[in-house]
Amino acid sequence: MSENNFTTILQKHLPQGCVITNAEELRPYECDALSAYRQLPMVVVIPESLQQVQTVLRLCTEHKVPVVARGSGTGLSGGALPLDNGVLLSLAKFNRILDIDVANRTARVQPGVTNLSISNTVAAHGLYYAPDPSSQIACSIGGNVAENAGGVHCLKYGLTTHNIQALEVLTIEGEQLSIGSQALDAPGYDLLALMTGSEGMLGVITEVTVKLLPRPEIAQVVMAAFDSVDAAGAGVTAVIASGIIPAGLELLDKPAIDAVEKFIHTGYPKNAAAILLCELDGTQADVSAQIERVNRVFMEAGATDQQVSRDEAERQRFWAGRKAAFPAMGRLSPDYYCMDGTIPRKHLAHVLNQIGIMSAAYGLPICNVFHAGDGNLHPLILYDANKAGELERTEELGGKILELCVEVGGTITGEHGVGLEKINQMCVQFNAAELQQFHAIKSAFDADNLLNPGKAIPTLHRCAEFGAMHVHHGELPHPELERF
Amino acid sequence: MSFEKNLREQVEAAAAAGTALSIQGSNSKSFYGRMTRGEVLSVNQHKGIIDYTPSELVISARAGTTLTELESVLEQQGQMLAFEPAHFGDNATLGGTIACAFSGPRRPYAGAARDFVLGVNCINGKGEWLRLGGQVMKNVAGYDVSRTLTGSLGTLAIMLDIHVRVLPRPENEITLQQACDVETAIQRCSALAAQPLPVSAACYLDGLLTLRLSGMEQGVQSAAASIGGDTLANAARFWQQLREHQLEFFSGEQPLWRLSVPPATAPLPIEGDTLLDWGGAQRWLRSEQSADTIRSITEAAGGHATLFRGGDPDGEIFHPLQPQLLSLHQRLKQTFDPAGILNPGRMYREL
Repeated sequence: MSENNFTTILQKHLPQGCVITNAEELRPYECDALSAYRQLPMVVVIPESLQQVQTVLRLCTEHKVPVVARGSGTGLSGGALPLDNGVLLSLAKFNRILDIDVANRTARVQPGVTNLSISNTVAAHGLYYAPDPSSQIACSIGGNVAENAGGVHCLKYGLTTHNIQALEVLTIEGEQLSIGSQALDAPGYDLLALMTGSEGMLGVITEVTVKLLPRPEIAQVVMAAFDSVDAAGAGVTAVIASGIIPAGLELLDKPAIDAVEKFIHTGYPKNAAAILLCELDGTQADVSAQIERVNRVFMEAGATDQQVSRDEAERQRFWAGRKAAFPAMGRLSPDYYCMDGTIPRKHLAHVLNQIGIMSAAYGLPICNVFHAGDGNLHPLILYDANKAGELERTEELGGKILELCVEVGGTITGEHGVGLEKINQMCVQFNAAELQQFHAIKSAFDADNLLNPGKAIPTLHRCAEFGAMHVHHGELPHPELERF
Repeated sequence: MSFEKNLREQVEAAAAAGTALSIQGSNSKSFYGRMTRGEVLSVNQHKGIIDYTPSELVISARAGTTLTELESVLEQQGQMLAFEPAHFGDNATLGGTIACAFSGPRRPYAGAARDFVLGVNCINGKGEWLRLGGQVMKNVAGYDVSRTLTGSLGTLAIMLDIHVRVLPRPENEITLQQACDVETAIQRCSALAAQPLPVSAACYLDGLLTLRLSGMEQGVQSAAASIGGDTLANAARFWQQLREHQLEFFSGEQPLWRLSVPPATAPLPIEGDTLLDWGGAQRWLRSEQSADTIRSITEAAGGHATLFRGGDPDGEIFHPLQPQLLSLHQRLKQTFDPAGILNPGRMYREL
C-alpha cells in the first residue's frame, strides 16, 4: 500500500490533529536517545483515546503496515527507531494517573506517565515507585515496561518486572488483553514477565498497575576510595558477602572521577583510582548497624578513605557526581557511546582490565561508571563522530566489550534493551534454536510481524551475515546455516 | 550418552509418535493441578549444584536437586531461597518447585519464585535444548522466557538447569502475635506494609494475627517495640508448618482452595474456614461451596481461585482464563510444544 493512501485512510478515521505527516513535524520522532540511528517514519499518530489506538492497530493489521510504539523516546538502544514504511505510534497523551490504591499499595497509570511523577504523586502517602532509571524525570512507564528498565536501586528493589502487577495491552489486532492481576499473581502462564522487556514486539501497553513501596525512614551513602579498581571490585564482593544488600552500589573509575570533578566539584577524592558509592536504607536502627559493618568491610578491602553522608544534602551531593558523570563526559569528548553489559561480579576485575587493554588497542578512551553491585557495566567510549570511521570503530569496540561479557557468563544488555543497537550481539549470546523460539513467541502474539519488526531478535539470516565477518573462538556461529 | 542428549532423543521420539509425557521429579506435587496421563519422564536423577559462589547471590542447580540439599548448602553460607518455597514432601526438587511457582510466607515482602528465577536451561517439546535468561540479575536480552516457564507446570518445556537468585538470611527474626478480629487484622497488615518496617510474614488464624520481623538485631528490636504483641516461642516451627500445610487448619478432607486477592480485600462472603497469609493477599479456604460460587466471588474482588487440594483431577483446578487469553496460551504452548506432548492438560484441559 502506498504511503499516501495509508495516511489518507488514517486521516479518515482519526481526528485531524492526531496524524502528523509533514517532514518538519516528523523530525522529532526520527530517533530515540540513541541518536546515531535516525529514520523518519512514514507517519506519526498521536492518539488521545483507547479507541483511537485500537483504530490505528486495526488499520495497520488490515493494510499490513508496521507500527512502532513510542513513549518518551529516552531509550538507549534504538528500540523506538521508526520505520520508513511504518506508523510511529506515540502514547505521549496517555499521561494520567488513574487510581492510587493506598491500602493495596498500587497505582494504575497510563503508559505515558513519567516514572518520577508516579513517585511524586504518591509521596504524600509515604510511598514511592522503586525502579529509578537515570532518565526517570522524562522516561515513561510504558517505555520502562517495554524495556524492563532498571536503575541505581535494582540491587535491592529489582527491575521493572519485579515492581509491576498488571498490564492492559492491545494486540496488533486491536484486541484488549488484561495481563497479571490486582492480586499478587494471576492464573495461567506468567505473561506479565513475557511482556516486560519485550520492546514493543508483542503488544501495545495501554495501562500499567505498579507496585508501591513505603519510603525508607532514612538513606545514607558511604563513599569509599580505593587505590586500584581491583581493590574496589573486591570491596563490592566483600560487602555483599558480609550479608548486606545495599540499596545501591556504584563504582566510578579514575577517568570518571576526574571528569566529574572538573565538571561539578563534588569533593570526590581526586587521587583515588576508583570510588564506591554504597547507599544503605531502611529504619534508622538498621542503617546505623549496616554503615558500621560496611565501613569495616571496606577498610579490610583496602579503602584509603571513607566518608558517610551526614544529612540528606550531603547524600545528594555524593550522588550528584554519579548523576553528572555522563554529561561530564560530554564535556571531555565530542561524542560518547554508553555500553550496557552485565557480568557475574566475580569477573569484574578481569573484565575491567580487558576493557582497558581494548581501549588502548583501539586508541579510544573508555571510562567506567556503573552499577557494580549487580555487575551491570556501563563503559563509556569517548569518540569524535566527525572523524572519519571513528563511529564505526567505536561500535566495533562496543561490540567486542559485549562479547566479552557473554564470554564470562554475562549478557549483552542489563537494562538498556537490544533494540537495533545490539541486535548483532544477540547472535553471539543465543543459538539458532533459541532465536527461533523467540521468533515463534512473537508470532503467537503478532502473526504478521507488524509490531516493531526488525528489533530485539535478529533473523538467522542476519546472524549468518554477521557471523561471516565474526568468528568467535575460532568456531563459526550457526554452522547449521548456509553461508552467503 | 549425556542425560540431556538422551532426554532430547526421548522427547523427539515422543513428539514424532505423539506420545504424551508426564514430567516427574520426586513426584511430591502430584496432588497439584489436573491429572496428566502420559509416559513418565523422570528428571529426578538430573541433580546436583552446578555453580555457587555466595558473593554472586546466585545458585545454579540441576532440576532434580532437592530443596533440602539446596537449602542446607545455602544455610552454611548464611543465605536462603527468599521466596521460602513449600516442599510438600521430603524429596521435593527445585525443578518441581519452580514448575509450580510455589512461594511461602515471605513472598509479599521479598518476592515470588518467579522474581528469583534468573535463567533456565530446558528442552522444549521439539527436543531442542534452550538456554534462556542467564546467571545475572540484570539481563534484558531476549524475551524473559525463564520467568514465563516458572509456574507453567511443565507444559512448555522440561527444565533441566535453573539459575536462582539468593539472598542473605536475616540475622534476626522475631515473631509477634496480636489478638484481633479478621477485619482489624487485614487493616493492620495493610498499614504495616505501608510503613518502612522489616515485616517478613503476616498471617491470621483463629483470632490471632502473627507477624514476623526480619533483619539486623537493632532494626528488628526497635520495630518489635513499636508494633507490640506477644513474642511467639518456637516461631520457626510455626512458619514452617504454615508453609508446609501442617497446621491443624489444613487437616481433614474438605477441599482446600487458594484464593489470591488484593491484600486489603475485606473478608469474602464464602462459607467455610479461612486462613490469611501473605498479609491478606493469599487466603486458604476450606469450603464445600461450589466452584462457581467461590470463583465468582473471588473474581469480583479482583482475584482468582485455585482448587489446591481435594478437587476432581479431571475437572477445572485453576481459574478459567478469558477466551482471548486462553487462545493466546494455546498459541504459546504451540510454539514450545507443537505436538502437545509435555504434561498435556496438567494446567488447563486445552493446554
